[in-house]
Amino acid sequence: MKAPNTFTITEAAQWLADGSGTSVELTRFCLAAAKAQPELNVFITLAEAEALAAAAASDARRAAGKSLSLLDGVPYVAKDSYCTAGIRTTAGSKMLDDFVPTYDAEVVARLAAAGAVLLGKTNMDQFGHGGSTENSGYGPSKNPWDKTRVPGGSSGGCAVALAANMCIFAIGEDTGGSIRQPASFTNTTGLKVTYGRVSRWGSIAYASSLDTMGPMTKSVEDAALVLAVIAGHDAKDATSSKQSTDDYVAATHSDPSPLKIGLPIEFFAEGVDPEIAAKVKAAAQRLEAAGHTLVEVSIPVVAHAISCYYIIAWAEASSNLARFDGIHFGHSILKEASRDGVEPASLYEVYAASRSAGFSAETKRRIMLGTYVLSAGYYDAFYRKALKVRTAIVRGFAEAFTQADVLLTPVSPVLPFVIGEKSADPLAMYMADILTAPINPAGVPSLALPAGLIERAGVTLPVGMQLIGPQFAESRLLALGAQYQRLDPIYQQQPTL
Amino acid sequence: MEPTSATNLTRDDVLHIAQLARLTLTEAEVGTFQSELSEVLGMAAALDAVDTANLPETAQVTGQVNCVRDDVADVPMPLEDALANAPMSDEHNFIVPAVL
Repeated sequence: MKAPNTFTITEAAQWLADGSGTSVELTRFCLAAAKAQPELNVFITLAEAEALAAAAASDARRAAGKSLSLLDGVPYVAKDSYCTAGIRTTAGSKMLDDFVPTYDAEVVARLAAAGAVLLGKTNMDQFGHGGSTENSGYGPSKNPWDKTRVPGGSSGGCAVALAANMCIFAIGEDTGGSIRQPASFTNTTGLKVTYGRVSRWGSIAYASSLDTMGPMTKSVEDAALVLAVIAGHDAKDATSSKQSTDDYVAATHSDPSPLKIGLPIEFFAEGVDPEIAAKVKAAAQRLEAAGHTLVEVSIPVVAHAISCYYIIAWAEASSNLARFDGIHFGHSILKEASRDGVEPASLYEVYAASRSAGFSAETKRRIMLGTYVLSAGYYDAFYRKALKVRTAIVRGFAEAFTQADVLLTPVSPVLPFVIGEKSADPLAMYMADILTAPINPAGVPSLALPAGLIERAGVTLPVGMQLIGPQFAESRLLALGAQYQRLDPIYQQQPTL
Repeated sequence: MEPTSATNLTRDDVLHIAQLARLTLTEAEVGTFQSELSEVLGMAAALDAVDTANLPETAQVTGQVNCVRDDVADVPMPLEDALANAPMSDEHNFIVPAVL
């Protein structure tokens, strides 16, 4: 029999429903897998006692015939950027090493209301600042396909938890590729939703106009099952959309009508590993053979999207991170001052000394860059210019969607790279986001799913593709993605652990 | 503004930005940031190649404006929750060094 921790949500729900096992048993299988592989460095905080209590409560509901949803009793992990009441939340940063939120993020609250069991909080690049999980205050996570390589980031811990079957599903966050790139690096599935589709309330912000909350799963159908629970308006998030949700799960159960699938030439250009481009084109041809039409499209401004993305992200990050002032929460010199009976010299010293000790070099770099592009004399040349280019990006995608229903591209220009290979070169690390970051300024959804495996340097490494759609076209992407997974079972391939 | 001058930061530029950002940098950090930030801002300055003369700015993509919550009385965050993670507080206040 398949080990229960390797189940998809659909399989787990069936196993629980037909009485083959309990949520407590399923939770124990996942916890055992987590504890058996400490070298992958997935969890910042494992909430074992809370998880087992939640699982027992789910079993009691089921016994009473009062299960809350298909997800009731199904164990999941959350990126450590989601606030969880009573469970430490660090956002991957020592700045928040002892931060225990007093409330749940909206996404976590909705999953709790559906009965899902939170196993713990997973590793990430601090505050989302990175694409490899190397910039974590808690050490890098390892890619289960090759432990010398990164799992991608910033939601790297979630992706490894899925690929190594430490959970049934995960919740990540994507600002410039942080769900899609780790999904691509680990042969798993991840959905970056339309901006505003899922509430951001209670998720520690990176860049507020780009941040999106979404599922990371073992299949496209599972992504739909999770989206069905977390999508929809939340009055607590003023940017949350009032647009009605669709029946995402039903969309995955039948093949979509023939679609025009656009292949944007800029996403297959020089700089993209030719073998990755070939795998993704082969996947597109598989969809063509199934009745869809492939068309070549062009979005020239995409060549500049990475610069636009970073300027906006730095600016918003520097603003968001101003809240870490050493006074309200987080690392503070006031703690030592209080203990030692020493009065800090000034308020400025509390701010500067607390922030300088609590933030990593990469976070300081982004705060410095953001402060610079927003500062007098440079605001127009950098920040305002980026906001105008953002308009060109929005229009570029809108124009592409007059020629195609969906765009299909690679997720990453490179295969999972070796730990340490790019960490000393910020520019090289930033360029790894070149195919994912253009999507966020446009605010459109993108579904990342496995497209193939490549043998390189004696190891087998995953390649992901993304299906990009117009705003609120999640159902279309999920329908096409689910069809692809019926045509190509590559997503079921597991790393050898 | 000349893009080249904007992307070659001086030591004083770095110290000025750090002061605005409320960060204290070590000598080594000042040197590292001076070269790294200049290099990265060079990438950012590539946007000069895009003609934006007739483009408005986009700060958000929801299409929604002036979103307000219903005017309904609600229980706010309790005081003890607000102070739960404060490094220094008494029963009702965050405690900070005297400002004046």
